[in-house]
Amino acid sequence: MNRQRPRRLKALIVKETLQVFRDPSSILIAFVLPLILLFLFGYGVSLDANEIDIGLALEDTSPEAHNLAVAFTNSRFFDVRVARDRRAFVDDLVAGDIRGIVVVPADFSARLKYQGDAAPIQVIADGTQPNTANFVQNYVQGVWSNWRQQRRLERGETAAPAIALESRYWFNEELESRNFLVPGSVAIVMTLIGTLLTALVIAREWERGTMEAIMATPVGTLELLAGKIVPYFALGMMAMAVCTIIAIGLFGVPFRGSVWALSAVSAAFLCPALGLGYLISAATRNQFVASQMALFAGFLPAMLLSGFIFEISSMPAAIQAITHVIPARYFVSSLHTLFLAGDIWPLLLPNVAVMLAIGALFLGLAVRNTRKRLD
Amino acid sequence: MPASMVRIDGVTKRFPGQASPALHDLDAEIHGGRVTGLVGPDGAGKTTLIRLISGLLVPDVGAITVAGFDAATEADAIHAIAGYMPQKFGLYEDLSVLENLNLYADLRGLTGAARRETFDRLLAFTDLARFTGRLSGALSGGMKQKLGLACALIRKPRLLLLDEPSVGVDPISRRELWRMVEDLVDDGIAVIWSTAYLDEAEKCESVLLLNEGELLFDGPPGELSARVAGRSFHLTGVSGRRRAVLARALDRDGVIDGVVQGRNLRLVLGEGADAPDPADLVAGDGAGIEQVPPRFEDAFVDALGGGPGGRSALAARMQPVTGGDDVVVEATGLTKRFGSFTAAQDITFSIRRGEVFGLLGPNGAGKSTTFKMLCGLLQPTRGTARVTGLDLKTASSKARGRIGYMAQKFSLYGMLSVRQNLDFFSGVYGLTGRRRRERIDGMVETFGLTPHLDTTADDLPLGFKQRLALSCAVMHDPAVLFLDEPTSGVDPLTRREFWTHINGMVEKGITVMVTTHFMDEAEYCDRIALIYRSREIATGSPDDLKESVRGAALPDPTLEDAFIALVRAVDADESEAA
Amino acid sequence: MPTRIVALVIKELLAILRDPRGRMVLIVPPILQLVIFSLAATLDVRNVSMAVLDQDRGKWSAELVQRFVGSPTFTDIRFLDGVAEIRPVVDAQQAIVVLHIPQGFSGDLAAGRATTLQLILDGRRSNAAQIVQGYVSRIVDQFDRDIAAELGRPGPSSVLVARNWFNPNLEHQWFTVPSLIGTITLLVGMSVTALSIARERELGTFDQLLVSPLQPAEILLGKTLPSLIVGLVHGSLFLVAAIMIFRVPFTGSVLLLYASLVLYLLAIIGVGLFISSLSKTQQQAFLGTFVFAAPAILLSGFASPVENMPVWMQQFTLINPLRHFIVIVNGLFTKDMPAATVFDNAWPMALIALFTLSAAAWLFRRRLQ
Repeated sequence: MNRQRPRRLKALIVKETLQVFRDPSSILIAFVLPLILLFLFGYGVSLDANEIDIGLALEDTSPEAHNLAVAFTNSRFFDVRVARDRRAFVDDLVAGDIRGIVVVPADFSARLKYQGDAAPIQVIADGTQPNTANFVQNYVQGVWSNWRQQRRLERGETAAPAIALESRYWFNEELESRNFLVPGSVAIVMTLIGTLLTALVIAREWERGTMEAIMATPVGTLELLAGKIVPYFALGMMAMAVCTIIAIGLFGVPFRGSVWALSAVSAAFLCPALGLGYLISAATRNQFVASQMALFAGFLPAMLLSGFIFEISSMPAAIQAITHVIPARYFVSSLHTLFLAGDIWPLLLPNVAVMLAIGALFLGLAVRNTRKRLD
Repeated sequence: MPASMVRIDGVTKRFPGQASPALHDLDAEIHGGRVTGLVGPDGAGKTTLIRLISGLLVPDVGAITVAGFDAATEADAIHAIAGYMPQKFGLYEDLSVLENLNLYADLRGLTGAARRETFDRLLAFTDLARFTGRLSGALSGGMKQKLGLACALIRKPRLLLLDEPSVGVDPISRRELWRMVEDLVDDGIAVIWSTAYLDEAEKCESVLLLNEGELLFDGPPGELSARVAGRSFHLTGVSGRRRAVLARALDRDGVIDGVVQGRNLRLVLGEGADAPDPADLVAGDGAGIEQVPPRFEDAFVDALGGGPGGRSALAARMQPVTGGDDVVVEATGLTKRFGSFTAAQDITFSIRRGEVFGLLGPNGAGKSTTFKMLCGLLQPTRGTARVTGLDLKTASSKARGRIGYMAQKFSLYGMLSVRQNLDFFSGVYGLTGRRRRERIDGMVETFGLTPHLDTTADDLPLGFKQRLALSCAVMHDPAVLFLDEPTSGVDPLTRREFWTHINGMVEKGITVMVTTHFMDEAEYCDRIALIYRSREIATGSPDDLKESVRGAALPDPTLEDAFIALVRAVDADESEAA
Repeated sequence: MPTRIVALVIKELLAILRDPRGRMVLIVPPILQLVIFSLAATLDVRNVSMAVLDQDRGKWSAELVQRFVGSPTFTDIRFLDGVAEIRPVVDAQQAIVVLHIPQGFSGDLAAGRATTLQLILDGRRSNAAQIVQGYVSRIVDQFDRDIAAELGRPGPSSVLVARNWFNPNLEHQWFTVPSLIGTITLLVGMSVTALSIARERELGTFDQLLVSPLQPAEILLGKTLPSLIVGLVHGSLFLVAAIMIFRVPFTGSVLLLYASLVLYLLAIIGVGLFISSLSKTQQQAFLGTFVFAAPAILLSGFASPVENMPVWMQQFTLINPLRHFIVIVNGLFTKDMPAATVFDNAWPMALIALFTLSAAAWLFRRRLQ
């Protein structure tokens, strides 16, 4: 009997592979959606506020004011429109055409003469986009400080002794959000394939009665499980490879880790992802319900609670606790490290261990639930 | 006595959330070398029993052994010796014929020369050799059925389990399947064939008759039929309105069952009752009554306590359809092309008021296309379809207002309650105010739906579902009723009740158009159009069709014989021409 | 005519409410979104983890460190003993920022010499790192000025007075919660519509509709109105929740909001009907909804500001109804957006609605053949 095992397993894998390539919704999930998402995160989603539109209200006409205006216009962070009166910009701010107003008041040059605690210029940011508002403040502060420094040097003044802050950003000197969004989206893509696609194809077998026909053959329960897990594991790894190549080749994301570490981490992530997909399909046996559950239990947490976009440390304690059981959290952190930092084993090893532990739990439940029975 | 293959000992199976058990205290034995029919209406427990035998379910009480192996604990051993074809055939629709066969061959460990030999034999046997590269999803129902059988036969099994192999399959394919299975039986295989259709049961050597989880009968079908020996009659030479005569006959005390069979009426009498006098039934001068051999179905209806009476309370409420043009449905040169494929070619016929018109044909031959063009679901490429003189193309909304429609599986809104369904359909057909209230109340009263008004349609018993579907279809007093395989999978009693209503409505002048795969239903028709290879190959009354194929080979053809002979004749012409 | 449509609308609403799957579509995404987005989905940076390497160990370094310890933002501060410890701490993400105080820091300050603090930030999360940098620099600035005052020296660079209009404390919820009115009605309105025709196809009731005297236009209207009703109900619930529970100020005109919501819903329902006409099963319709909704939300300005995208992508977002609606809804909530500006953002939605609805009607009729 045992000599038949490899043959049966191979037959199941061949069948599964043929099906993926012939079923439109499988093609959609396995090939089309991953590319769409990758491109969205590569091109569409960006947290980098470059060239923020601001209005510069130049109410003072002194040479100093003009000089400052030039400093703003030359800044790579801003796209500046200039007017004589701050009121000219209020409508633009309401309409969202600009994200902030820098006011150089009429008494600017006068106030510049003596040192006060407060700068003689004002900045008004559009608070409706808090993240951008933060950037507007920081950047204006930066332009202002530089301009002051520059002026002192030009005029040969000795700068007041000050504490300079020298900031260095490791791993991502250019501060591009794409450099962490694109690697993170690999986790989303692998969740789609590992959980959503797996749940869907197995539920389809139940729905169409083919599961019943297969169960009535001498195939073993473990073969049945492996016949589903192995092809989608391979597909998931392939998707990871393709995404990585696109990330590096097209989006120019650095890759500082090793390929084998990436493979190991991805393989570890696929264990819980596939296990979850399998469990969902076994529980629902219906494609529609399975796809909904896979999205709610797999995709959404991977997207929102993994630290992929949103800050886990800023979430309330209860939700932070939930993120600890979400495998994608460990995968996203590992991906960021592998792409941007390198093979940092003190970080990767615990991550892999947790993913394998969750995976073992899910797969263990799956094995326990797999019987050649219909009830 | 052939060897025992399956023993069923006191088996009870109950599913969680169900009030009554799916199977209750079942004892039976199934032997090798014969076909055992597993017969009963939908929901009788047939599929549950097959799954129990194959070890896919475990009984709550009792035990099943297959060739000495216990189905609950030694299912693996059973899977090695049993072939199983589930409902819908269990095929991978995205895989080709050959890929399906390869899969099952690998799973059953069939390799090398033996595999090639088996494939050749099975492909020849099922006549699928020409289609090995085709995706199984693209096969016709009959071909899927054969492929499903081939997959179950990859390793010659000792036990073959077929779950409803004939659902949605036309008579020709059914007959071919039967022939194949007979061949297997000759090799000593035990075959279990489950079906809702009693004419199939009659052909089995042994039958297990199930109803609501109870075993009603176990033995050769002839033994059950014998119980009604001498009680089956044909009322022949009926002139005038057969359906009115049938209604009168069914209302008589001694008559427990009656159906239309072409020109004749078939009546079954209760124990000890005398045959009715044709004159009492106002059957006309030429009418006579003669005893005929009993059928399995006669005995089944008898075993269930007889069929319903002959009066339709529904029909009594319907407005008689009078006046106007005599031709109610008219198809003129109907042609439908999908790309380069012609699905229906130049179909022409007309149906007169008060006629029951049947549309028959093999799967994929153009029957459904024609039907859909006539009720406005498809626009013809050429030709016109008229209902009560209204063109379905130009006056479609108005024409559709004259149509009642009932599809197989009663396409009700399953999630809505009975009352909500009635409200919806009355609203969609533009009934308003008092008239709407009256119609709905009328339907509720007629069909005794009052206790079920707030029940969700999906939870209704089958019989009530059928009544509700019929109410929704006729609430607006349609002139024509379109029925698409209306009673497939329904038990004989429910089917009889259905036809009692239809007959009653026809008596009121309502016209009926029906498609069906089942010949006993076709016998109710006044006229039949046979569609094959996209063309109308024969039109006439059931008896005309039978008559047209009568000859030395077929001295007393059934309607099924006629169907097959006519289709074969077309095939012969085509190959001659080619 | 009205009887038929009323019957259709009632049937549709009942079908959604009585079907467990329909109810799931109505209830689960809203609750999930409300919880996640109001609580979890934030780009704010709180609870910052920090490491300090104090090689000065002087008076002023201790004072500076104390400022961080006292700050509610920096909740997790660890102290390092040497430069060698910096890398492992950053590598393992134990601190997103390391403050390196050099030897002689206190001495330089006392002597009035310029001095430099080093800040090392984890760029793997560049957005958070930049915000943290801002926090640190504000604390250091303040510290600098305080020392200057204490030592009686002229202060260093002056502070910028920043004011945030419309949302003074930069509450992230003031942006996300009103935007939810757009995203939730997108998900619910679209899935209700997309599932409706597909459900009838799957259950076989669609033919039943088609053989009735209903015209295709009536069927489409009968599918559009229920989704519109559902969308308006959900929109209203979130409007009330935003104002009552999350206390987001609503400064604009409710009438304008509802007028825009209707246009927006029509645009979305058109897409839903289109997907529904294409799908054979509910599962396909659901996937179709997902394939549309995911990009629509990501490219709307909800996930990240539209102006951060490349220009060609910004132009592409113009066909996304949610992009326009988010501008309107946020404008009406906090900015008291005037009617003219609302109109500027509303007419593109009307155009999109016209297009999607006609495309859906076209496809619907085509599929009937």
